[in-house]
Amino acid sequence: MALSRLSLRSNPFLKPSTTSIRRHVSTDTTPITIETAVPFESHLCDAPSRSVVTSSSEILSFFRDMARMRRTEIAADSLYKAKMIRGFCHLYDGQEALAVGMEAAITKKDAIITSYRDHCTFLGRGGELVEAFSELMGRKRGCSNGKGGSMHFYKKDACFYGGHGIVGAQIPLGCGLAFAQKYSKEEFVTFALYGDGAANQGQLFEALNIAALWDLPAILVCENNHYGMGTATWRSAKSPAYFKRGDYVPGLKVDGMDALAVKQACKFAKEHALKNGPIVLEMDTYRYHGHSMSDPGSTYRTRDEVSGVRQVRDPIERVRKLLLSYDIATEKELKDMEKEVRKEVDDAVAQAKESPVPEPSELFTNMYVKDCGVESFGADRKELKVTLT
Amino acid sequence: MWGILRQRAVVDGGLSLRRTRSALVSARSYAAGSKEMTVRDALNSAIDEEMSADPKVFVMGEEVGQYQGAYKITKGLLEKYGPERVYDTPITEAGFTGIGVGAAYAGLKPVVEFMTFNFSMQAIDHIINSAAKSNYMSAGQINVPIVFRGPNGAAAGVGAQHSQCYAAWYASVPGLKVLAPYSAEDARGLLKAAIRDPDPVVFLENELLYGESFPISEEALDSSFCLPIGKAKIEREGKDVTIVTFSKMVGFALKAAEKLAEEGISAEVINLRSIRPLDRATINASVRKTSRLVTVEEGFPQHGVCAEICASVVEESFSYLDAPVERIAGADVPMPYAANLERLALPQVEDIVRAAKRACYRSK
Repeated sequence: MALSRLSLRSNPFLKPSTTSIRRHVSTDTTPITIETAVPFESHLCDAPSRSVVTSSSEILSFFRDMARMRRTEIAADSLYKAKMIRGFCHLYDGQEALAVGMEAAITKKDAIITSYRDHCTFLGRGGELVEAFSELMGRKRGCSNGKGGSMHFYKKDACFYGGHGIVGAQIPLGCGLAFAQKYSKEEFVTFALYGDGAANQGQLFEALNIAALWDLPAILVCENNHYGMGTATWRSAKSPAYFKRGDYVPGLKVDGMDALAVKQACKFAKEHALKNGPIVLEMDTYRYHGHSMSDPGSTYRTRDEVSGVRQVRDPIERVRKLLLSYDIATEKELKDMEKEVRKEVDDAVAQAKESPVPEPSELFTNMYVKDCGVESFGADRKELKVTLT
Repeated sequence: MWGILRQRAVVDGGLSLRRTRSALVSARSYAAGSKEMTVRDALNSAIDEEMSADPKVFVMGEEVGQYQGAYKITKGLLEKYGPERVYDTPITEAGFTGIGVGAAYAGLKPVVEFMTFNFSMQAIDHIINSAAKSNYMSAGQINVPIVFRGPNGAAAGVGAQHSQCYAAWYASVPGLKVLAPYSAEDARGLLKAAIRDPDPVVFLENELLYGESFPISEEALDSSFCLPIGKAKIEREGKDVTIVTFSKMVGFALKAAEKLAEEGISAEVINLRSIRPLDRATINASVRKTSRLVTVEEGFPQHGVCAEICASVVEESFSYLDAPVERIAGADVPMPYAANLERLALPQVEDIVRAAKRACYRSK
């Protein structure tokens, strides 16, 4: 990794307290400048500088937040195999740098909308672990009261608009969020995340056309993990240069396993979108798990490929190396932090398991905001009929 | 009281034939006196007033702005409110409908026009999966205060791909509200209610009704006027048979009631106004009074709105029925072009009369 300036200061690293939910970060916010390992590739724009301004506290927070996300996905894997999570479960491990890098560049008033691979995006927006696990297990304490499931996490107070199951639908929706931001004359932007599989959807091009015509502050982020379910990019896209697919819309290709590069790109994209309208970001990333828990992930790629990426590009390991080489933390401190995160996650899982399932009456709630005395029926309408009020 | 209904049939996008027709209008249905309004003007004034009252309301669709609206429903709105409230879109329903729903997620109040509901099929995923289900899936975090409006059902001679009625499809989805106005008062009151409503509303208009004039009360002309969603209207009281329908077929049912009255059958005509929620209480109360039911719709017969009404009445008012329930619907065929075949494919007044007489055991 290229280093432009070593920080020789040894930072007073505060021992974290035992209360688990708060982020524990070094208090040192002195700027450090680090070069990204991989250059940006640009389309119809000048790429941002490879020199990223960060700080010890920020890099440490990256480590902690990514470790938390990684542990969450691994815990979800176990819960799914124990049949405590049902239906679909799409895991994000390997892609954590995207979630943390993006958050570092934006505010909670900028909006994010994504696909069904949404657990870590939710956590990045400030979602609580216990809410995530409760939702996965269909409990009342879940972020959607147990009524959404893995693919439908939302956090409106942090401008996180879900969690969408239909491939590609989130892109026009995201452009709509950007439309509302522009309409309300707010200086905020929307990041609409989608995969390489969704990148060929017609509605993407329809929405991007309108976003470009109307100068909407929309940032389309292609999380290119190279496989749309089991189909590799070279088998699904005639042109897999997703950052160029916007044609008349500028684009940037980013090393999506490098949290700092992601941060730089998102910062650049936000400035661009506020001045010049839409931009496409292609994040080169990778998922260790298969498409979902029902996919072993080995019928279309080799185990060597997966372990190869893990060895060379793992986002958490890269940040660990950075922290060690900049002397921001010792190996033991980082291992302790990981242990704390593991405990945090285990506690949240235990708490979630205690949460009760929703009341049967919840079957009929939240259909409408304004019920107007409407009737709704259960499977046997003579047995179960309610008036929504 | 005799009301004069002027019907303007729009042919080939612009030429109009004016035919004067008189019809009996129930004295109790409309307030006494004076003013008349076309459905087109009713819709236009409703959108205008709601845009004026709430800056979050905006209009979006193909040709809604500069063209003044494909059917002139949004005439004058671009000039009055400017391009930041009235948006002409490219011909990309999936894209602009998704954008509308996303804007509604963020708290704006879009009025999205489909040039006809046939084109809504290109965007139906956003109507159902992105709009209808969001409040439920998010346990109340994300509500979607959007209106999808446009002409629905058959026009005149527009062929199979441009004539389908979508009432049954949309009304089957929990989370949507589906409205179908008939008169100018319906159009104003229901559209204003729809725009103010915090939930997604599918608003099914009818192209052939746009030019029709109806008497309109002072109350209905007031900018605060609003009709309740989920309540049907008894257009004509009767005691022998209940005829339930919506949209253009209400006019046909009223004509059928006139013909039946000549033969001594008193028909009660119910204008649903709201397909979802369906006003089962009003329908059943009427059938419990008359003991006979005829349901009418323009759409395809299988799994239609009429099927739901018939099932509801058989389930809730079985012992009150003196005759089998009757359904009059569009023919079970794609809409043909030839005028004579088109006429055979759609319900006519004589079909409704015949079904009512069957229910009264006056014919085989």
